[in-house]
Amino acid sequence: MENNPYILQMQSITKQFPGVKALDDVTLEVRRGTIHVICGENGAGKSTLMKVLSGVYPYGSYEGKILFMGSEMKFKNIKESESAGIGIIHQELTMIPELSVTENIFVGNEITRKGLVDWDEERRRTVEILKRVGLMIDPDTLIKHLGVGQQQLVEIAKALSKNVKLLILDEPTSALNEDDSANLLNLMRELKANDITCIMISHKLNEVAAIADAVTVIRDGHTVESYEVEAGSVDEDKIIRAMVGRSIENRYPEHVSNPGEVIFEVSDWWVEDPEVEGRMVCKGSSFNVRAGEIVGFAGLMGAGRTELMRSIFGHNYGIFRGGTLKIKGKEVKINSVESAIKHGIAYVPEDRKNLGLNLLDSIRQTIVSADLDRIIKRGLLSFEEEQIAAEKYRESVRIKAPSVDVGVNTLSGGNQQKVVLSKWMYTEPDVLILDEPTRGIDVGAKYEIYKLIHELADQGKAVVLVSSELPELLGMADRIYTIFEGSITGELAKEEASQEALMKRMTITSVS
Amino acid sequence: MKRIKQVLGGDLRQYTMVVALVLLIAVFNIISDGRMLTSSNFQNLLAGNAYVLVLALGMLMVIVIGQIDLSVGSVAGFAGMVMAIAARDLNLPWWVAVLIALAIGLAAGVWHGFFLSKLGIPGFITTLGGMMIFRGGVIWISKSISVPAPAELKWFGSGYLPEWGPAFTGMNNSTLLLGIIGIAAFIIAQVRKHKASKENNPIWAVVVRICIVSAIIGYFTWLYGSGRVGTSFPVPGLILLILIIIYHTITTRTKFGRNVYAVGGNKNAAALSGVNVERTYFLTMMNMSLLAAVAGILFVGRSTAAGPADGTSWEMDAIASVFIGGAAVSGGVGTILATMVGGLVMAVLNNGLMLMGVGADRTQVIKGFVLLAAVAFDVYSKKSGSGSVFSKLFRSEKK
Repeated sequence: MENNPYILQMQSITKQFPGVKALDDVTLEVRRGTIHVICGENGAGKSTLMKVLSGVYPYGSYEGKILFMGSEMKFKNIKESESAGIGIIHQELTMIPELSVTENIFVGNEITRKGLVDWDEERRRTVEILKRVGLMIDPDTLIKHLGVGQQQLVEIAKALSKNVKLLILDEPTSALNEDDSANLLNLMRELKANDITCIMISHKLNEVAAIADAVTVIRDGHTVESYEVEAGSVDEDKIIRAMVGRSIENRYPEHVSNPGEVIFEVSDWWVEDPEVEGRMVCKGSSFNVRAGEIVGFAGLMGAGRTELMRSIFGHNYGIFRGGTLKIKGKEVKINSVESAIKHGIAYVPEDRKNLGLNLLDSIRQTIVSADLDRIIKRGLLSFEEEQIAAEKYRESVRIKAPSVDVGVNTLSGGNQQKVVLSKWMYTEPDVLILDEPTRGIDVGAKYEIYKLIHELADQGKAVVLVSSELPELLGMADRIYTIFEGSITGELAKEEASQEALMKRMTITSVS
Repeated sequence: MKRIKQVLGGDLRQYTMVVALVLLIAVFNIISDGRMLTSSNFQNLLAGNAYVLVLALGMLMVIVIGQIDLSVGSVAGFAGMVMAIAARDLNLPWWVAVLIALAIGLAAGVWHGFFLSKLGIPGFITTLGGMMIFRGGVIWISKSISVPAPAELKWFGSGYLPEWGPAFTGMNNSTLLLGIIGIAAFIIAQVRKHKASKENNPIWAVVVRICIVSAIIGYFTWLYGSGRVGTSFPVPGLILLILIIIYHTITTRTKFGRNVYAVGGNKNAAALSGVNVERTYFLTMMNMSLLAAVAGILFVGRSTAAGPADGTSWEMDAIASVFIGGAAVSGGVGTILATMVGGLVMAVLNNGLMLMGVGADRTQVIKGFVLLAAVAFDVYSKKSGSGSVFSKLFRSEKK
C-alpha cells in the first residue's frame, strides 16, 4: 500500500439517470498529497462524480470501481465515506445557522460522557481544530454571525475533526470575496503540507493556475484529459479548449436580424448581495441593446447574470447601489416590478416552476396575470377578454393544450415555457429579458422557443438572452456580453465570438 | 354521468359539499319529524349563524394568502362592546355607534396588517397577540358586565323584512320579491354565459340547470316567506347575502382578488409579475378585521346587549367553515361560495343536533370529526385524483 502513489482511483465510473448518462466511463486518479482540480462546464458531470465518490449515490447505483488508499470501497451513504476519511465541502454551505460553531462541528458526532454531551471536551477540541484552519473565534459564536468565508473555514474544520485524508471542495470560492478566496487557497496549501489531499472543483482558471498539481477536465460525462501541471505554469487555453470542445450542431433556426436604434441602456449598475454585507454581485455593469437585436449574456453559475437582470427588473433582487437605466433614450427610475412592467420591461425567470408560474392557475389566468389592467371592463375583470387573449396566444405561440382552462401544472416543460412567454408578450414589452429560457426543455420544444425569440426580435423588441449554454448563445445572439464575478468582462459580436473566446472571458479576470 | 356533468357545468368535485349539505338537511328533517324544514327553524338558523358566515368571508381570503387570523372573535367582541358603551355613556345616536364599531375594526386590521406586511411577522403570531389584546380589552372596558345595546340595532341582528302589498300571495312580499330577483338574476347570468361560451353545452342542459336552481330558490322563498305573521327572510341574512355578492365579485372579478390568489399560490412568482405582495397582505388583514366588526354588530343586535365573552372561539368556527369548504392550508385555493357551503354545513349540523336534543358537548365532538373527515376526504381525493363521491357513485355510467 505504501508504494501506491494514488490515494484515490476511480475506475470506469458510469452513472445512469432515467434517460441520461450523466457519467460515462469516467476515470479519476488522484495522487497522495496533491491538489487535484476538476474542470468542466455546468452539467458536465463533476458534481455527479463527487456524489458517487462520497456515497450520496450508493454503491450499486453506478458501475465501476473506487479504490481509496489501495482498497476497494463500497460506500452506502455519506457516513461510510466520512469514516473512511473522505470529506466533502458542498457549494452551498450546510451549517445550521442557529447553532454555535462547536455544535455544528460535532453535530451527529457528539462527544458524550455518561449519556450527556461533554461540552468542555467539545469546546477544547473545537478551539484546537479552529487553530488548524487559522480561525481565531469564540467556539460559542453562532454560525449566523459569521461571514461566508469564516463559515467555509468552519466547514473545513468540521471535516478535519473527522480525520479526513481526502477533502473535496465543490466550487469553494464561488460565494467568497477576493480576500477570503486567497485565504482559502493558502489554507489548501497548508493542508497539502500536512498530507491531506484535496480535490477542488472550480470554474476559476486563475485559481486553478495558482494552486493545481493536476487537472482533470470532464465534458458531457466523459474524462477529456487528465494531466499533471506545475503551479504557476498552467496552460489555461488548453483547459478551455478541452472544456468546450464540441461542435455546434445546426439546432438553431435561420434568422437575419436587422437591429435598429439602441432602446435599452444600462450604465454603471451596482448591486449588493442581500445576505453578505459588502459583497457586490454586480460591479458597475454597463450594456445596451438595440431594437430587434438579440443580446446574449454568458457567464458561469454564480457569475451574477440573474442577479443583474432581476435587479434591473424593478430591484427584485439584492440591494440597489447605483446605476442608471435608459429606455428609448429617456432615463427612467424604476423601483418596483410593477413600474418595470409599466415601462415596458419583461423578465422571464430562469426557475419556471418557482418563479415563473403559479402552478395552481389555468393557462388563461396565467397569460393575463402580469397585466390584469388590460382585461378590466367597467371596473371588473372580463372573462371574455381573458378568453380572447388566452386563445390568441394559444394559437400564435402554439401551446399544446386541450383548452385554455387546463391547469399549467399539467403541461410539459416546453409548453409551460410557452405560457410564461405568452404572459410576458401580453404585456407588450419593448425589452424582453429571457433568463435560461430553454432550461429543462427537450430539443424539439427548444427549436420552437428559438423561433419565438426570433419573431419577438423581428417585431422590434430588444431581447436579452441569458444562457449557460454557449452553443445556444452562439446560435442565437447577435452580440454577446460575458460576465465574471459580477463584472462585465467582454463584449463580442457574433462574428468574433467562439466558445473558446467566451470561456476565456467567463473564467479569467486577468485577461492578458 | 355526462348529462349530469352538462347540467352542473364541468367539475363535479366542487359539488361534493353541496351534496353533503342536502343529505344532512334531509336526514335531520327525517329524524326530527319535519322540525328541520320549518319556517321558524330556518329563520333562526340563518339569523343565528350569519355572523360566523360573515367572518368566514374574510377568513377565506386570509387563508388563501396563506395566513390565519386568530383575533377575529376578540375583535368582534371588542368592536361590539365599544359600540354599546359609546351609545350608552356618550348618548350617541345608534348609527354613530355603528360607525365607531366599524372604525375600530378597521383600526385593528391596520394594526395586524402592519405587523404582517411591514415587519414580516407571521399572521398566526400577529393575530394571536391581537386575540389576547382585544379579548383583554373587552373585559377591561366592560368591567366584565354586559352592556345593553341601542334598541335600533335589534333590526340588524334579528329583524325581518317589512310586510307590504297584496295579501293574496300568501307570504311576505319582501321575501317573494327577493326570491324573484334571485331567480331572474340567475337566469340572466346563465343565458349570458351560454351565449359567451364557445363550448357547445346543449340548450337543454342550461334549461334543466335553470329549473333546478329556480326550484330551490323558490322553495326557500316560500319557506322563509310563509312563516308566522311578521316574520320573513331575516335582515342579517340579507346583509350576509349582499356581502356574499360583494366578496364573490371581489375574489373573482377584481385585480385585488386575483392578487390574493397569486400571492397565496406562489409569492415569488406573484412578485415577479408585478403584484405588490405587501399591500395584498395588508389589505386582506385589514378587510378581515373590518368584517369582524360587522359580525360583532350583528351579534350584539341579535342578543340586544354586548357581553364580555362575545366572540369567544368564533375564529375557530370561521376557520372550520373555510376548510370544510375545500380551501388549502398551504394557500392559493378556496372560493367564497364553497366557504359559505362549508359554513352552512356547520350551521345545519349545530341546528340539527340541537333539534335532536344532543347536548353542546357532544355537538362539539361531532363537529370536530366532521371537520377532520371533510379535510381528509379532500386531501384523499386530490391525491388519488379520483374525483368526488359523485363520480364514484356514477362510475358505472361513465362514458
